[in-house]
Order: sequence, then C-alpha cells, then structure tokens
Amino acid sequence: MFSFTVRSFFQKLVTLFFISIISFLVVYLAPGEPSQIDPLNPKFTVEDLQRFRQEFNLDKPLHEQYYLYYKNLFTGQLKSWKDNQPVLGKIYERFKNSLWLFIVGTLITWCLSFPVGIHAAINRGSVFDRTSTFFAYVLISIPSFFFAYILIIFVVKTFNISVIGMQTFGMSGADSIYQIMDRVWHLVIPSILGALGGIALLSRYVRAQMLEVIHQDYIRTARAKGLSEDQVYYKHGFRNALLPFVTMFGLILPGLIGGSVIIESIFAWPGMGRMGYEAILARDYPIILTINFMAAVLVLIGTFISDLLYMVVDPRIRL
Amino acid sequence: MSNSEAILKIKDLKVYFDTDAGVVKSVDGVDLEIKKGTTLGLVGESGCGKSVTCLSIPRLIESPPGRIAGGEIIYKGKNLLELSEKDMQGIRGNDISMIFQEPMTSLNPVFTIGDQIQEVIMLHQHKTSAEARELTLRILKKVGIPSPEIRIDDYPHQMSGGMKQRVIIAMALSCSPDLLIADEPTTALDVTIQVQILDLMRSLQDELGMSILLVTHDLGVVASMASHVAIMYASKIVEYGPVEQIFSNPGHPYTLGLFTSIPVVGRGKRDLYVIPGNVPDPLAFPRGCKFWPRCVFAEDICRSQEPFLENIGEGHTAACHFRGKIDKHLWKEKTNTGSFLNISR
Ligand SMILES: Nc1ncnc2c1ncn2[C@@H]1O[C@H](COP(=O)(O)OP(=O)(O)OP(=O)(O)O)[C@@H](O)[C@H]1O
Ligand code: SF4
Ligand SMILES: [Mg+2]
Repeated sequence: MFSFTVRSFFQKLVTLFFISIISFLVVYLAPGEPSQIDPLNPKFTVEDLQRFRQEFNLDKPLHEQYYLYYKNLFTGQLKSWKDNQPVLGKIYERFKNSLWLFIVGTLITWCLSFPVGIHAAINRGSVFDRTSTFFAYVLISIPSFFFAYILIIFVVKTFNISVIGMQTFGMSGADSIYQIMDRVWHLVIPSILGALGGIALLSRYVRAQMLEVIHQDYIRTARAKGLSEDQVYYKHGFRNALLPFVTMFGLILPGLIGGSVIIESIFAWPGMGRMGYEAILARDYPIILTINFMAAVLVLIGTFISDLLYMVVDPRIRL
Repeated sequence: MSNSEAILKIKDLKVYFDTDAGVVKSVDGVDLEIKKGTTLGLVGESGCGKSVTCLSIPRLIESPPGRIAGGEIIYKGKNLLELSEKDMQGIRGNDISMIFQEPMTSLNPVFTIGDQIQEVIMLHQHKTSAEARELTLRILKKVGIPSPEIRIDDYPHQMSGGMKQRVIIAMALSCSPDLLIADEPTTALDVTIQVQILDLMRSLQDELGMSILLVTHDLGVVASMASHVAIMYASKIVEYGPVEQIFSNPGHPYTLGLFTSIPVVGRGKRDLYVIPGNVPDPLAFPRGCKFWPRCVFAEDICRSQEPFLENIGEGHTAACHFRGKIDKHLWKEKTNTGSFLNISR
C-alpha cells in the first residue's frame, strides 16, 4: 500500500509536468494578444509595445518564457499583467471567497442527494420516487441561471433583502450578529442555486447505483440472515453503492475553480471562477496560467485522494 | 405419515410474478412436507420453480414483482405467511437458514467473512463481539476452512468458490437452524468440491439434527443425501415419496424420463435420456396435464383435465391420470429406451 501511494504520487508529478507544458502552450499559442502589446491598440506607441514585450518576456524564445513563468510562479514573483499585483495574493483573496461558496454548495449537494437518491431507489415507483425524478429532470434541463434570476426576483420582492454580492452595502455599522446573518444569507442563496444542478444529477446517480446494488445476491443473503430492512439497505447496500462516489468525491475539488463561474457572475460574487473569466477576457496570461495550473493540481490531488479512499472502502483494491 | 413429525408443511402454495408480459405463475399449488431431521430432495428441470419455492419459505420473494398468492407454509405449527415482518426476521438465519445457488456473489464484497458470520450470531444470540468471533472461528474450523484464525479476516474475493460456499454454509449454520434450505449448493462448484460440500452437509446434519430442503438437478446427489424426493414440473409437484420407492418404482412419466439412461454409441458409457420437447413457457402452460405435449402416454383426458397428486403406494403420490398403471416396463416398451439409471445409495 505504501509503495502504491508513493508510485501514484510520482505518477501524478510527472502528469503535472506535462500539463504545465501543454497549458502553457495552449495559452501562449492561442490567437489574440494581451491588449498592452496589441499593435492595433491606439493607446500605446511602438516603443511602449516594445517595452511591454520585454517586460513580459514575450521577446524571448518560448522555452525560456516557460521556464521564467514557472520560476516566477514558484518564487512568488509572478505579477498580473493587468495591474502589476502579485498573482498569488490576488488569487488567494478570491480563493477564500470561492471556498465558502464551494463548501456550502458541496455540503448541500451531498447531504441532499444521498437521502433523496437512496429513498427513491428503495421505494422505487412510489410517489416520492416519481416526484423526485420529475424535479431532477426539470433541474437538469433548465439552466441554473434561469432559476437564479427567478429566485433573486422572488427573494428581493418578497423579503426586501439584497442577495447580490457577499454582503449588503452599508452594513458595516450594524451589530455583528446582523452582519453575520447578512453574510450567511448572501452565502446561502447562491450556494443553493449552485447546488441545484448537482443535486439533480447526483441524486439520479445515487438512485441508479443503489438500485443496482439492492438487486445483488448479497442483499438477499443479508435478508436471509434476519436483518431488518434498514440494516439491509444502510449497512449492506449503502457501503457498496458508495464505492463509485468515492472517485467522484476526489473529482469535485476542481469545482472550486470552475464550478461556479455562472453563479459567481450573476451574484457578483468575487470568486475564482469570475476572476478566471475576467482574466481570459483581458488576456492576463499569468493569472490564466496560474489558475490553470491550480486547477490541474486540484484535479491531481483529487484523484490521489480518490485512490487512497478507494483503497480504504473497497477491500478488492488493496495493493 | 404422521403430521406431528413434520417440521415444515407447505400447502397449496402459489407464488406469482407480475411482469409486463403477464402473470408468471412460478409456483402454482405446491404441497410439500419435510420430516424432522431428514432431507427432502427437490428435483426438476431449470425454470420449474424450485428456487422460487425455496425463497418463499423464509418469505424472501422480492415484492414487487413477486407475491405469494395463496397457500400456507406451516413451520412448527405456525403459518409463516401470517407472521409479522419482525417475527419473520427473528426466524430467518436463526430457525431457518438458506444456502444459495451462487456462492460467488452471495457474500458482501466489502465486509470480511468473519464480520459477515459474526453479524448473524450477534443478531440472534445476543453475544458480545469477542464471543461471536470465538464462535465464528469454531464454525469455520467445522466447515473445513484451513487456518481459520487467518482466514476469518479475509474478504470474499480472497477465497475460491468452494471456500466461499463453505463460508456461506458456516453462516447458515452459525445459529444451529432447525431447517436448512440449500438451493443447488454445489451446482456452481467443481465435482471434487461438490463431494466435499455434500459430505460436510451430511455430517453437520447428523451432528445438529437439522432438516434440509435440498434442491438439485443431480439424482445421484438425491440418492446419497435425501430420504424423500419431490419431483417438480412446471410449477407443481408431480411425484413425491420416499427415495427408495421413487427410485425403484417411479410412477409419473416425467420421473421415468428423468431416470432413464441411454447408451452413448461407441463409448461404452451411458448418458441421460433427454425428454423430448421443451419446458413449457410459464405464461402459456398447456391446458390439462402440463406434461402432455411431451408425454408418450398422453390421451384425450390429459389434454382436458389436470391430474392431482394421489397415492400410488405407502407415502408415495403421483399426479397422473394413469398413476399406478404406468411403470418401468410399460415405459421401456413405449419409448424403446435402454436401462434405468442405476444409482446406489
Ligand atoms: N423476479 C422474477 N420475475 C419474474 N419471473 C421470475 C422471477 N423469479 C423467477 N421467475 C420465474 O419463475 C420461474 C421459476 O424460476 P426458478 O428460479 O424458481 O427456477 P428454478 O427451478 O430454480 O430453475 P434453476 O434450476 O435454473 O435454478 C421461471 O420461469 C422464472 O422466469
Ligand atoms: S396425465 Fe397424461 S399427459 Fe400427464 S403425465 Fe399422466 S399420462 Fe402423461
Ligand atoms: Mg434455481
């Protein structure tokens, strides 16, 4: 098991190296140029352009640019081309904001999907099953921004509360309890909306998985032992139904970055997704690349965690 | 045939499955009886309803699509079909245990075999987990698992099919049941393992005094294990009686067909006679005797009236309009087949 862990870790490092090259090439070779060095930009003179090119190392050969970029990234000297701020500091600020949305959204998704999916599978064909199926399809087929706007209108009109941004403007003088409530409120609405699509998909998946498991022979064995239905489903069934989700659990980590671009944009939530989106529009390569790189790292960490978890929950994968 | 010594009596059991194509009557009026401490062999072609009969005794038929549409299952004087689910849970695994046809998939892959056996013991016997583990070790040893102290912490995938079936037997026997339902316990296993498993079941039966309902395709197994046999055809019992009686004097044309052997040309060996025709589709059973399309003795009455089980000897019943008149000699004449299986007990 130890050797597997070490091997898997080094494999991931090698993968990361190749990803770093490819994502670098994709960004640098993509058509279009940062506005500062765009010869068509009337704001800058030819000398300005030349100066920027030098400053951004764009005059050097590609492999050197690659080296300089990652060197700066790891030494923390990388700066945004747009405002000359350190990239890591900028990303960290946004990361904290996204993290909240991500944690609350994920908790809501997983805590709701599993009970709904399991209950629907156990009572297949019941009113509950059919209702949850119906709503799942509605949520899957209608995009979340549509609900977002409807919910915003509804909440703002009925409760007269603002839900945009991370807090209500002008609350800084209020009691801390009100400030906290305000924060929570601003967090919960976008989290729920971000979670809706996930709940719909995940609960379907849980249901399918559970349905498959409860028709296995070992479930009949568990019943033949004299166990109660709850023990049969939640002890013998659930443990097995859980296996594929362990893999998924690792794969949700990257959602931290790209998962909520739309929701962050609608709710003017200053998170990573929105930052990445803005960086792409401005062709701010250092930010784009760093976010890319972080996404890759998160994916690899996620799969690494999945591998480890898999070994814990599935005895057939002990190595 | 006194009723007092019967541990299980099934009367007119009907188990139906509601499917899209229609109602499948997998068990349709089955009567069976198992005497205390003995083994009843249940024999029949694939799909005739043996497994469904077995599963309905501890009420393990999945519903939907299945349902027990009628009849009684009297276990030690109580009709199991009238018990609450809670009472039934107390009986399953404790009084009535099952061994399944599929040893490879009947154990839960994510728990150790020790945990799976201990679970039954702790459920029914209120023992601490240390005591249960101790008992589990003893049972594993009893069913012939080598070095049980190590194997107890194995997961099912670490074991061979024969070992898994031993584990399942250990699990089924861990609470010393009075009735063991073994649904083709050896069909999925190698011949040598089959012999070992059957020997094991027999010696455990002698030791524990339990009754066994043994489903099998193999008449040799019946001869060596059972005291009584029930022959099942198309959701019904067509012949029932003590093994000696049925082997020496089969009274139903279907049984006669099962017992006939034919020489294999040029090999000096004998092979089983194959009854012509197919097992009828349970959605479209023939009218009258369900066996008539395949029966060499069939006459008009067979196509219109269904025969019922009636006595043809001491504790020996058959469901044929010509019961008592048809025998081996007539059969040989009519079918031109060779000699009968010679199975010694
Ligand atoms: N869940 C189910 N839904 C529909 N039909 C079923 C179901 N289970 C069993 N049946 C039907 O009941 C009939 C009897 O099946 P059963 O499994 O009892 O046969 P069997 O005698 O045990 O055969 P085998 O020797 O192959 O194990 C079959 O026709 C089968 O199609
Ligand atoms: S009743 Fe008729 S068809 Fe049926 S087994 Fe007897 S002889 Fe054959
Ligand atoms: Mg079967």
